[in-house]
Formats: sequence, C-alpha cells, structure tokens
Amino acid sequence: MVGIVASVAGFGIVFGLTARGAGFSIVETVAFSTIVFAGSAQFAAAGMVAAGFAWPQIVLLTGLINARHLLYSAALVPWLRRRPRPERAAMAHVLTDEAFALSLVHFHRLGFADRPGYWLAAIGGVFVPWNLATLAGYLGGQAVADPVTLGLDVVFPAAMAGLAVGLVTGRREVVALVTGVSIALAAALTVDPWVGIAAGGVLGPAIGLLMPRR
Amino acid sequence: MSLELVGLALLMLAVTYPARAIPLLAPRFERLPPLALDYLRLVGPAVLGAIAVSDVLVGAGADSRPVLVVGWESVAVALCAALVAWRRNLALGLLVAVALIAVLRAVGIA
Repeated sequence: MVGIVASVAGFGIVFGLTARGAGFSIVETVAFSTIVFAGSAQFAAAGMVAAGFAWPQIVLLTGLINARHLLYSAALVPWLRRRPRPERAAMAHVLTDEAFALSLVHFHRLGFADRPGYWLAAIGGVFVPWNLATLAGYLGGQAVADPVTLGLDVVFPAAMAGLAVGLVTGRREVVALVTGVSIALAAALTVDPWVGIAAGGVLGPAIGLLMPRR
Repeated sequence: MSLELVGLALLMLAVTYPARAIPLLAPRFERLPPLALDYLRLVGPAVLGAIAVSDVLVGAGADSRPVLVVGWESVAVALCAALVAWRRNLALGLLVAVALIAVLRAVGIA
C-alpha cells in the first residue's frame, strides 16, 4: 500500500498545482478532491475549465471517464452485499481504481470481505493522501520535486498490472486477464482509452467464463 | 474567494456517484445467480489489466488520436507484473519498476 500512497500523494500535489494554475480557489480545489474524488476526471476538468469549456461538456466527460466505476462496484457486490446499506453507500463514495484494486486483492487473499481493510485502503491509502497532497500542491507544490522525474508515474500502471496478476488463481482468471487486456488495447487504440477499459473489463470476464474451471 | 466551481464539483459528483453506488446498493445485485457471481469475480483481473495497458501503452498522437506507445515505462510495468507472478510481492515489483524508470530518466535514457 505504501507504493500506492506515494503515487496518490505525488499526483495529488500535481493536481493541486494544476488547479491553481487553472484559476481554482483553494476551496474549489479542495471541493474537487473531496466531493468528486476521481483523479482522472479532476485533471480533465481542470484542463477544460482553464480552456473555457462549458460545464455540461465537462460533466459529460466526467460521466464517461467514471463509468468504469460501475464495474468496480459490481465486482465488489459478491463481497460487500451483506454489509448494511448505509455503509455500502458510504463505501461507494470512496471507490476509486486504487481502493478497488487493493481491497479486492485483500478480500481474495483472506477469502472474505474485510470491512476495516476496505476502509483502510480507501481512506488511509487514497482519500487522505489525495486530499492532503492536493492541499499541499495548491499551497506550495512548486517546491516539491516532479513525481515524473522520480518515476512515480509508473507506480499506478505497475500497481494495476501487479494487482491484476495477483488476482489470477486459475485458468478462468488467466483468460479473463489476457482477453481483457487485448480487447482494452485494441479498443483504446481505435476508439479511446476509457472505452478500452470498459470493453476489456466487460468482455474479458465473459470470455473467461467460457473456460472450464480446471 | 471564488466558490463557483464547487457547483461544478457537485455536478461531477452527480454523474460519478451513481456509477460507484448503483450495483452496491441496488437490491437486484444482492441476490445474484451463481453465474453472475462467477462473472463478477473475473472482472477484477480483466479491468485492472485493462487499466494498466491503457495507461502505459496508449498515448496521444499529434492529432490527439490514441497511439501505441512502447517505452521503458512498459518494460517497467511488465517487470512489475512478472515479479508479482513470480514472488507474489507487489512492493518488490513496484520498487523495481520505479527504481528502473528513475535511474533511466536520471541518465537521460527514458
């Protein structure tokens, strides 16, 4: 989880800087990181605000970028469906790429849904570092070394790849992973990376199901 | 101090939260057939792998169209995945991947 925290913090600082550069006030910047709490959409929105796009266009793009969360939420249903509804409602707000990946691998490892583990991953691993780093970036990000120079931009894709491999326990998972990756790459190159993620995430498991368990 | 963009943040929440919450909260999802549960268990590796390749292998071309990008970053990510498969240790994989890229960038290769 340390690597994820470092990556989240590094890019939180960059978001704080970006938002300041785009003309956000400090309250608006903090509001983005606490209320929206979705890094890719926040970066896209900050750029679009700076470029003078209309709000409906920004909101539409946000919806498209964040549609992948449907898959995460659905994939956590088998684990969290017995938790009280208000708790699941709160869990949903902090469901990010990183929180999903960390908690799902943790649940698989344990064989059951570990409630404190979810909150630790989502709040301790992502929400708190992202928001503190956003604030730090806004207030003094110029003084911090560029996370790209430090190689921290590789942490996110490397963590996603590593966590994906960590979830492979049988033939079905291998097929879901390989086909999901292949479909995602093809769709990302021909349409858009966000479409690729959705296509790979939906079709990979469907093809994986066609395989016998053993 | 401007607060105008807080309204935009709320609108962005309005399109983000449903995607995060609907499956977790909809009663239909609480009673899923075994086939659906099997399917959902396969979503994790597929979607995380899809995120990784989309992040590291796809960039924006001159006309903003997606293009295939194969660089040292892809090697570092593949190395991390291989180390996790071999040693079952994500921290080790991340450390090696970041160190490789940091060193290559420091010497001006990556």
